[in-house]
Amino acid sequence: MKVDLTVNGKEITADVEDRMLLVHFLRDVADLTATNIGCDTTSCGACTVLLDGESVKSCTVLAAQASGREVTTVEGLAGDGTMHPVQQAFHEQHGLQCGFCTPGMVMAIVSLLKENPHPTEEQVRTGLEGNLCRCTGYHNIVRAALAASEVSS
Amino acid sequence: MIPSSFTYKRASSAEEACDLAAEYGEDAKYLAGGHSLLPLMKLRLAAPEVIIDLGGLRDLSYVTDQGSHIAIGALTRHHDVEHSDLLARELPLLAHAAGQVGDPQIRHRGTIGGSVAHADPASDLPAVLLALDATLVARSAGGTREIPIGEFFQSLFETVLEPGELLTEIRVPKPAAAGWSFQKFTQRAIDWAIVGVAVQGNQVALVNMGGTPLRAAAVEAALAGGASPADAAARAAEGTSAASDIRATREYREHLARVLVSRALTESASRA
Repeated sequence: MKVDLTVNGKEITADVEDRMLLVHFLRDVADLTATNIGCDTTSCGACTVLLDGESVKSCTVLAAQASGREVTTVEGLAGDGTMHPVQQAFHEQHGLQCGFCTPGMVMAIVSLLKENPHPTEEQVRTGLEGNLCRCTGYHNIVRAALAASEVSS
Repeated sequence: MIPSSFTYKRASSAEEACDLAAEYGEDAKYLAGGHSLLPLMKLRLAAPEVIIDLGGLRDLSYVTDQGSHIAIGALTRHHDVEHSDLLARELPLLAHAAGQVGDPQIRHRGTIGGSVAHADPASDLPAVLLALDATLVARSAGGTREIPIGEFFQSLFETVLEPGELLTEIRVPKPAAAGWSFQKFTQRAIDWAIVGVAVQGNQVALVNMGGTPLRAAAVEAALAGGASPADAAARAAEGTSAASDIRATREYREHLARVLVSRALTESASRA
C-alpha cells in the first residue's frame, strides 16, 4: 500500500507492506537508523519517536497508521549544528553510557517537557516509566531531564 | 517481530467502519490504538486477515457532560481521559486510573473503548468502569444498542459484542457517593496489575481476580450489612477465580485482594 509520512519535516511517500511497523519504516525506508529496536514488545521504549508531537513506541504503530501524520525522530531534533536542549543536557549530565536507550529516552523527555515544562524529579521518573536503560544509568538521565527543563524556562 | 500478512483498511466514519466489518465478516478486526491487538499480532496469537483502522474517527474522541451521566467516546485515549478537567471533577476514579495505564507512550495511543472491547481481565479500566456501573453503546450495520457493563464481559478476551459490532460510547453515571480509590499492585513500573481494586462509594471491582473483571459482591454485601471496612475486605476473595501464573499464585492473589480492598476502602472513606 502507499503511505505518505512527514518525517523530520520531509515528506516521504513509499509503497510498503500493509503490515510494516513504523520503526521498520523509519529504519529501512527512511534510512533513519538512530531509532533502535529493543524489546519489540512495547516495553523498553528504545523505539520512542514523536507522532504529531507526542511520544509513541514505533514498534507498536503501523506505518499505515502514521500515514498522513508527522513523525519526529532524534535525527530531527538538532538544528544548524546546535543540539536540542535535551541532547545538550544529556551531554552535560553524562545521561548516557552505552547509548542504546538514548534516542528513545531523549524523545520521551522531549514529549514529557512539552506536556509538563517544569516537572518534579518524581514526575520525571514516572514520566520515564516506559523507557528502560540497560546500563541502569537512570540517575543521570533524570538529571538531564531536569537540567533541560531549567534551560527551557 | 512482524505480524502475519493482512489487508489494511482505514475507516473515515463509524458507518464506514461497520460497513467494512459487515463486508469482511469474521476475518476482520477493528484496530483502535493498537496497543493490545498489535502485540498479539506480532506474537502471531492473533492473525486477522483484514484490519479496519479506527484511528481516523476523531469524532469518537470526546468527554461530555450529559447531566446524569458523563459520555466518553470510545476512541478517547487514556492520555485524554487522564487529563480531562471534566473527568477530574466528576469521575476522579476514572481519570486517575487512566493515568496508571501502562506508560506515557502507551497512553498516547491506547483508547478506553479498545481496552474495554479487548476484555483483558488484567486491564485497569474495565474493572474501573465495572465499579462505576457504566453502560456501553455498540453500533453495527443493523443498528445501535446499549449494554450494561455487568453483562458485557463473558470470559477471557470475550465479550457480548457480535462480530462487526463497534463500541462507540461509554456512559458513566455520576456517582452518588464521592469516595473513591484505585489500588494497583505490580512488580515493575509498567506491568499489568497482579491484582487491582477500584472503589467508588460502596461499589468495589477487582482487576485480574478471574477470567473477567469482577465486582467484589461479598465485600459489597458486607458493607451494605454494616460491616466495618476491615471485616468487609476480609471477604474480597470470595466468589473470585484468580489464576496462578508466572507472576503470582492464586493464594497470593487472594491475599493481595484482601489487602488492597482494605487499603482502597480506607482511602475511599478519607475522600468521602
